[in-house]
Amino acid sequence: MTAASTLAEIAAGSNSTLAFDVDRVREDFPILKQEVYGKPLVYLDSGASAQKPQVVIDTMREIQETCYANVHRGAYYFSQHLTERYEGVRETVARFLNAGSESEIVFTRNVTEAINLVAHSFGNRLSAGDEVIITEMEHHANIVPWQLLRERIGITLKVVPVADDGSFRMDAYEAMLGPRTKLVAMTHISNVLGTVLPMKEIIRLAHAAGALVLVDGAQAAVHGKVDVRDLDADFYGFTGHKLYGPTAIGVLYGKAELLKDMPPFMGGGDMIRSVSFEETVYADPPHRFEAGTPPIVEAIGLGAAIDYVQAIGHEAIAAHEAGLLAYATERLQQIEGLTIYGTAKEKAAIVSFALDGIHPHDIGTIIDREGVAIRVGHHCAQPLMERFGLPATARASFGLYNTRAEVDALARALEKVKELFG
Amino acid sequence: MEQDLRELYQEVILDHGKHPRNHRHPPDANHEARGYNPLCGDQVTVYLSTDEAGKITDAAFEGHGCAISIASASMMTEILLGKTQAEARQLFDDFHRLCTEADFSLEAAATADKDALDRLQVLAGVREFPVRVKCATLAWHAMASALNGGEDATTE
Repeated sequence: MTAASTLAEIAAGSNSTLAFDVDRVREDFPILKQEVYGKPLVYLDSGASAQKPQVVIDTMREIQETCYANVHRGAYYFSQHLTERYEGVRETVARFLNAGSESEIVFTRNVTEAINLVAHSFGNRLSAGDEVIITEMEHHANIVPWQLLRERIGITLKVVPVADDGSFRMDAYEAMLGPRTKLVAMTHISNVLGTVLPMKEIIRLAHAAGALVLVDGAQAAVHGKVDVRDLDADFYGFTGHKLYGPTAIGVLYGKAELLKDMPPFMGGGDMIRSVSFEETVYADPPHRFEAGTPPIVEAIGLGAAIDYVQAIGHEAIAAHEAGLLAYATERLQQIEGLTIYGTAKEKAAIVSFALDGIHPHDIGTIIDREGVAIRVGHHCAQPLMERFGLPATARASFGLYNTRAEVDALARALEKVKELFG
Repeated sequence: MEQDLRELYQEVILDHGKHPRNHRHPPDANHEARGYNPLCGDQVTVYLSTDEAGKITDAAFEGHGCAISIASASMMTEILLGKTQAEARQLFDDFHRLCTEADFSLEAAATADKDALDRLQVLAGVREFPVRVKCATLAWHAMASALNGGEDATTE
């Protein structure tokens, strides 16, 4: 808890990069003191899952040690206390996304569940031949639910191609929009290429064509400020564990007027107003979409993570990460035989690359022994790998706690890979 | 560079990885199967030709993957030549133990062809890298599948 308040003091009245002290930030993340094979941990896989600050760890522990109970049903102190804290996170998330109301915030397990929720509760009411548009750079989580919907009701799935530099093909997208377009479901930031999609314009065009928009914000909620009202997004999903929070807690934002008319996704306790064997009356949103005992401790942990990130400030984090991205790009490009995939102008701190003649899996194994943790493989984006003719890539993804020295450690480790392969 | 890594990426492996033997699609193969590792996307298709007596007269593969999986596939195609199907399966069994059991020795192997297993010892470095065992055995899984009728093999 002290860590977050210290940061709040530093950041008070200023979101400038001057207020951002990466060494102090690193102090907040106990795991960064770990060593791997006798080398300091260089964690460059935050895009897969980010590490947790002490305040998140402490908050979750504090609940379980001092006031744990189920929510929404207890007539006793702990349950009421925890219900207030749990529901309070909805307000925190609503402010974080600049949503109009906390009733627009549905807790899910992750973005995958958020997308599946929309695919069912919204998608099931589409008709055969209605069109859903995605992009070539989607994570499998934003491909497979639409294929399942296609199997269920025969929608048409259209895919906007990606340009060679990894940027979004606005021209192709515009040409795809039509009278049958009912939903545009797209990632805000590519988890492989780092591309930031021009979401505001994407949404404006979709709305002009009469379609709704679901945004996969798994990466975007981490790297910059998301304002769902400024974007005018209809649905927006993000996940806790990439945002320095716990696993098993995610969020679906949905406009109140849309959620109001959507049927439940899953049935069970907590999502009903009354149940009899003849008829069940569903609860209002957001609880209508939250069947069963929710991830209580995780939700409150997410609240702590959001408070932590906001105390540091989006602008400071974004500036720090932009510096890391520029440095990493420059440093890695100096390595002979290294190719970076994804060089769009608008890009987050995610760098996918390949080394001539050396498979990413071998890179991953070798640099692991140098303490450097990166992701290698298809990144749950096999169609995108196919597009670039790659079986896999290596990917370094940066978080607010990474440093230039860690970029150097990555570059040195890659030189060792080359040395070993001769 | 650490000893573990040097053992994993021995010269022989790097050589087979860069210049795989029998990397081709024989038109007359009578057994084939695809091996797939969903973890990393590595993919090999193994082609085998067997004669009337059931002996393997040709072995080849196509595909892409890391140095370990490609080297293992390459070495396997050389070693399988002249083996009966039962011998090939036995060799796979021993090879799998070689890749996973720390105290496995050639003496404990059931295969009659100890020389072949001895050659494969260069791949035993994966023992120290458990996630890479699947890389080393991918082509072998595909080979066993091919002999069993050609269902795709995955390392899951």
